[in-house]
Amino acid sequence: MASIPSTRQNPTASSSIDIVEGRSLWQDALSRLKQNKLAMTGLYFLSFMILIALLTPWIAPYSYETQNLDMGATGPSWAHWLGTDTFGRDLLTRIMYGGRVSLMVGFVATAVALVIGVLWGAIAGYVGGKTDAIMMRTVDILYALPFMIFIILLMVVFGRSMLLLFLAIGCVEWLTMARIVRGQVRVVRKQEYINAAIAMGLSHWHIITRHVIPNILGPIIVYVTLTIPSVMLLEAFLSFLGLGVQPPESSWGLLISYGVESMEEYPWLIIFPGAVLSLTLFALNFLGDGLRDALDPKASKD
Amino acid sequence: MIKFILIRLLQAVPVLFTVVLVTFFIIRQAPGGPFDSEKAVSPYVLEKLNERYQLNDPVHVQFGNYLVDIIQGDFGPSFTYPTRSVSEMIFTGLPVTFELAINALLVALLIGIAAGLIAAIKKNTAADYVSMSTAMIGICMPSFLLGPILILVFGIYLEWLPVSGWGYSDGDKILPSITLGAAYAAYIARLTRGGMLEVLGQDYVRTARAKGLAEHVIIFKHTLKAGLLPVVSFLGPAIAGLLSGSFVIETIFQIPGLGRFYVDAAFNRDYTMIMGTTIFFSVLIVAFNLLSDIIAVMLNPRLSYNEEQM
Repeated sequence: MASIPSTRQNPTASSSIDIVEGRSLWQDALSRLKQNKLAMTGLYFLSFMILIALLTPWIAPYSYETQNLDMGATGPSWAHWLGTDTFGRDLLTRIMYGGRVSLMVGFVATAVALVIGVLWGAIAGYVGGKTDAIMMRTVDILYALPFMIFIILLMVVFGRSMLLLFLAIGCVEWLTMARIVRGQVRVVRKQEYINAAIAMGLSHWHIITRHVIPNILGPIIVYVTLTIPSVMLLEAFLSFLGLGVQPPESSWGLLISYGVESMEEYPWLIIFPGAVLSLTLFALNFLGDGLRDALDPKASKD
Repeated sequence: MIKFILIRLLQAVPVLFTVVLVTFFIIRQAPGGPFDSEKAVSPYVLEKLNERYQLNDPVHVQFGNYLVDIIQGDFGPSFTYPTRSVSEMIFTGLPVTFELAINALLVALLIGIAAGLIAAIKKNTAADYVSMSTAMIGICMPSFLLGPILILVFGIYLEWLPVSGWGYSDGDKILPSITLGAAYAAYIARLTRGGMLEVLGQDYVRTARAKGLAEHVIIFKHTLKAGLLPVVSFLGPAIAGLLSGSFVIETIFQIPGLGRFYVDAAFNRDYTMIMGTTIFFSVLIVAFNLLSDIIAVMLNPRLSYNEEQM
């Protein structure tokens, strides 16, 4: 998030000391975000989790698969900070590897939704008329389908592959994105600078990608931040039922479902994965709320 | 108003047709037929089975037959339990799932609206922050985590409540209903707070206060109806969510409802059962969305004009 304002810096600001440095909308938003302690905590926590996930293969204390059946499940100790599971595998290591999958599903599936949703919504909103009506009617019809059930159906029929999971979840989440984008584009479309761009003979594609989309980035960023947690929740839900990520791959949802099986004797097996998942979702939601307040002060109701 | 309802009803037809079509063709693509088992079946028996279940007809004929059947409410026999029909299984599981969903919805509405009202009336006080933070926890704590934790605390450590079943022993409905309802209580609390704050900021509320109306009259008589509009629109999606939430809750608490049947059917590749439940769930969800749209329009007739202009 922090890199956004730098792309919008005023190029003339450094050339002369007489000119008061302009503050772009992005800089304003960033300063508002920085005042929001909850959102910033969420941002730091999230950055920490992403960093851990990226570095896991190098910093994980134990091997992911090595079993030690003689040891079995042990509680937290100096050797195993978060304890071990019933196969004697280090829980911290497993949570770190599970996090890689959970976060990746969150980001990749949201990216799928982002690409489809933004293009669909932007084209519908920009072209307008009959095209718009047909495209948005399609979205309405798809919206009414019970998607959870269809994702389960897809996972059952086509095997439980990660790629399919990304696509299936992405294909659900793009609908809301398309609606938001289309609404924003309809507003931007009427602005004079778009007329100017048309008058200058720019291609429609160029106008959409270079002039329309950059001007609706705010709501898109907010929605993306709020989509990631709901996608991660969906993945955990499916994995919990045994219909999502499959062993030997692991994810937080899967770890929780293992934890449930033996929670009576070994409660830490459910508490730690559960806490990590909840805290990450917490962080994303707070960051999303903070970004909404920062990027669109009018929309925040209080 | 009637025109609005008719338009909405007509819109439901292509949705449901798409559901049936998509389900049918996804199932057709399934690798491994329902009769692929570890035990080798003789080709003759397999042929007979395929004939029995009409799997040898061309695809479009099968689809046509299926469409005609389901309109008559016949989802065919279950592949896994040949002695029972899918409709029979649906109607065994449905009352249980329905009761679970209704209980959870009541929990969600009671807690959610109460917490949201308090938060809105006592805006920016400790009561507001506590209820909104709790709501955030409710949203971020998935049901499949909350359920086991509640079981652990109230069922195993404190031994207050039974940990599984539905109507088998006293109080075994409490934990599942709370687990399923918690997240929705949280959403409803946030929606109630937002809706009420917006209404309480209106000029007519200031007028009401200026002429000295008691605060409870303002809240309950003048603002509650408008303030709860967002909650009403949320009810349709909420019921859809409660129904699919039942998959997890019924698995955790071992409740013999429709959600559990669906997950079992998914594991057993019981095609007719999966199709039957998918279509049935879809009809329910479309119906509830329709209902919540209609209620929203009855509360706020302006909405129907927007719809007709589109």
